[in-house]
Amino acid sequence: MKPPPFEYYAADSAQEAVSLLAEYGPDAKVLAGGQSLVPLLALRMSRPEHLVDVNRAAELEQQRSDADGLHLGALTRHRVTERSAGIRAANPLLSEAARLIGHAAIRNRGTIGGSIAHADPAAEMPTVLLALDGAVEAVSRHGTRQIPASGFFESYLTTALEPDELITAVHFPPWAPGSGWSFTEFSRRSGDFGIIGVAATLRLGDRGTIAEARIAISGGAETAVRASRTEKALIGQFPGDGTWIAAGCDALEGLDLPADLHGSAAYRRHLAAALIERALRLAHERIPARVPA
Amino acid sequence: MTRRVLRFTVNGQPQEVLVEPRRTLVDVLREDLSLTGTHVGCEHGVCGACTVLLDGDAVRACLLLGVQAEGLEVTTIEGVGADGAPHPLQEAFRDSHSFQCGFCTPGFLMTAVALLRDGAPAGDAELREELSGNICRCSGYQSIVAGVRLAADRMAGS
Repeated sequence: MKPPPFEYYAADSAQEAVSLLAEYGPDAKVLAGGQSLVPLLALRMSRPEHLVDVNRAAELEQQRSDADGLHLGALTRHRVTERSAGIRAANPLLSEAARLIGHAAIRNRGTIGGSIAHADPAAEMPTVLLALDGAVEAVSRHGTRQIPASGFFESYLTTALEPDELITAVHFPPWAPGSGWSFTEFSRRSGDFGIIGVAATLRLGDRGTIAEARIAISGGAETAVRASRTEKALIGQFPGDGTWIAAGCDALEGLDLPADLHGSAAYRRHLAAALIERALRLAHERIPARVPA
Repeated sequence: MTRRVLRFTVNGQPQEVLVEPRRTLVDVLREDLSLTGTHVGCEHGVCGACTVLLDGDAVRACLLLGVQAEGLEVTTIEGVGADGAPHPLQEAFRDSHSFQCGFCTPGFLMTAVALLRDGAPAGDAELREELSGNICRCSGYQSIVAGVRLAADRMAGS
């Protein structure tokens, strides 16, 4: 199939894109990496009248790491997130998750802003954003606003973005020193969306018990979800196999896992519990060794 | 729907074509420029047959609109090697029997060209991971991995 007809605009700046969105709003789509949108056009599942290409807006490609955290311009390609030493140092969970997106040729084009805006519940970037309590910076003719991840993803492919808003950047809070991390997912073929994925971070306190745990699950609901109750239950526990296994079982209570042709609900429950256990174990193994004072 | 003039470089040659914005890059290459070496398979980014280089990066030509290549440099399989002087990857694919029907071959070669330019992965697991975005329905992949490895070894001079 070929894409249906549309009017095409190559915006040279975020400002120009915002003006176009102000004019065409609901009838327009933003084209970033195009790795989700162009297939939807080719399959004619999406039929926008206007396509606003933001790939020439150079200011959307900038990355910055400072005391406030990691700021990635919306056009940051997944291949950059995967390979940049600076991004890996600032947020190793994000780099690890980026490596799991599609294939090399997909990651060369796909962008973090596009992935967040598309909001596929099985996608890695929304899951990491949610796990780390990140935020989305969106601009419209009315100004700029920060939307916390917890209020951004509303349902399957649906976000809090207004039709005239453009994502300009994605923010991650400063990486908590001493944290271990893991993005663990299972897919049937390399590069496919994970059937279930788990983003986890873990930090220990002075007594060797868990001081902070973060767990977000992809593919398990209409959006990625946090296992908030399990995160709280882990605090004060001693790390170990029993703790990881119990956390996996515990998190299932808050999940209503779907069944489809890729797997039954029972299979997804098995997978989610196993992947949470694995992700926490690996996150624990990656907690940096303490330097003697 | 307004047609636009697309000016870009293909295999070192400046090109100018009048295209509909909805025309994908792979269709511009094949239909407008008659460069049929780039194959088009699934047309939605799954098979990798249409892989070309855009400013040096391997990309799916079916997931780019032609107009997005404005001002950029595209390299297709026609731009790899020359008559009588094939690229080391092309020689290695021949020597390793890395294809049967040949439909997937240009896509695999373009993926591998970008991969080896950046330095071949040391391990086969990583090499297979990097090649996993291209689908072959004949070979069982063993001979393709062997071909890329042979080319990498030859290019490294070992």
